[in-house]
Amino acid sequence: MSILSERADLAPGLQREVACAEPSMAGAGDYLALMKPRVMSLVVFTALVGLVVAPGHLHPVLAFFALICIAVGAGAAGAFNMWYDADIDVLMERTADRPIPAGRVKPGEALAFGVVLAGFSVVFLGLMINWLAAGLLAFTIFFYAVIYTMWLKRWTPQNIVIGGAAGAFPPMIGWAAATGGIGLESVLLFLIIFFWTPPHFWALSLFRMDEYARAGVPMLPVVSGVAETRRQILLYSLVLAPIGAAPWLLGYAGLAYGVIATLGGVLMVALAWQLYKAPAAAMEPIAKRLFGISILYLFVLFAAILIERGLGLQQFGTPFGLVLA
Amino acid sequence: MSLVMDQQPIEPGIVLTEEQKRRRRGRSIAIALALGVFVILIFAVTLVKGPGVLVRPM
Repeated sequence: MSILSERADLAPGLQREVACAEPSMAGAGDYLALMKPRVMSLVVFTALVGLVVAPGHLHPVLAFFALICIAVGAGAAGAFNMWYDADIDVLMERTADRPIPAGRVKPGEALAFGVVLAGFSVVFLGLMINWLAAGLLAFTIFFYAVIYTMWLKRWTPQNIVIGGAAGAFPPMIGWAAATGGIGLESVLLFLIIFFWTPPHFWALSLFRMDEYARAGVPMLPVVSGVAETRRQILLYSLVLAPIGAAPWLLGYAGLAYGVIATLGGVLMVALAWQLYKAPAAAMEPIAKRLFGISILYLFVLFAAILIERGLGLQQFGTPFGLVLA
Repeated sequence: MSLVMDQQPIEPGIVLTEEQKRRRRGRSIAIALALGVFVILIFAVTLVKGPGVLVRPM
């Protein structure tokens, strides 16, 4: 029974108060959704690569524990994001069914959930693994929740460029968990994700432009137009391709990785070029293809590093026999 | 006094619907499972680290 339906005569302010007293309709799955499981899976995968390829040895149980902490920390950042963005999520088709705009989870519940997850993940990563990794995780949560979600997202079309750093930190956290330090190699992994983010999200924004405009989010196509967005996608893809191949070029990864990264980079640039030259009417399917291929590109790149390491084809982090970390 | 109190209508308070009860039960089970996993994880990590669990490297 809804309390609110029985108090329809209340002032709007009081109705909000009463709504807060409504029994929760949240299911366990809604709390899982607050953690953005798809984003979390990418975070866990890239953190795993950072952790596995790092020089040194971390006991498998500790490595698993570190990954759980990183996953939960990413989940906390997702919950903070959904808590703050509930007002614009309700305006966009892609996000309208998220737990808060759909009315299943109250904003206060999501915020409390995020605070608990963030606290536990950072503290236990610090206590059980090391405080550098915990500090990086705390900074990542802060960066995503405050710098990106609360500040950049609604302020500048460069939101996902700068905010992309939050998604790029996980391999560095994994590396720090394994080594207690930050190696040049982990910075390379960071840079790959950092420069991958703009073409990936701007491709998405090209076919979700109307929703972003309705919600008042200043994504690049909304502010600077479609032509400029396509030009920026091409430019970032041109930067991404050599950075993607950099671990091989600098001797940190093997030939198999080099071939995959080169072919992947060429494919990304070719699609970005196709998108750049396409007539407006034919743009959407190419943008969708680029969005899908970009996910595959990042996955394959990191998987290649992981497989090379697993098969012992290349000791990531030992160029010319020297450990730089 | 007791007569007046006896005459007051009994407020049922917030009565949960069956759906709300079902979801609350789901949340309770999820919390219990999460706590169980958390305890097992901490136990396993403590076993692996042994006395080193008290060491706090920076």
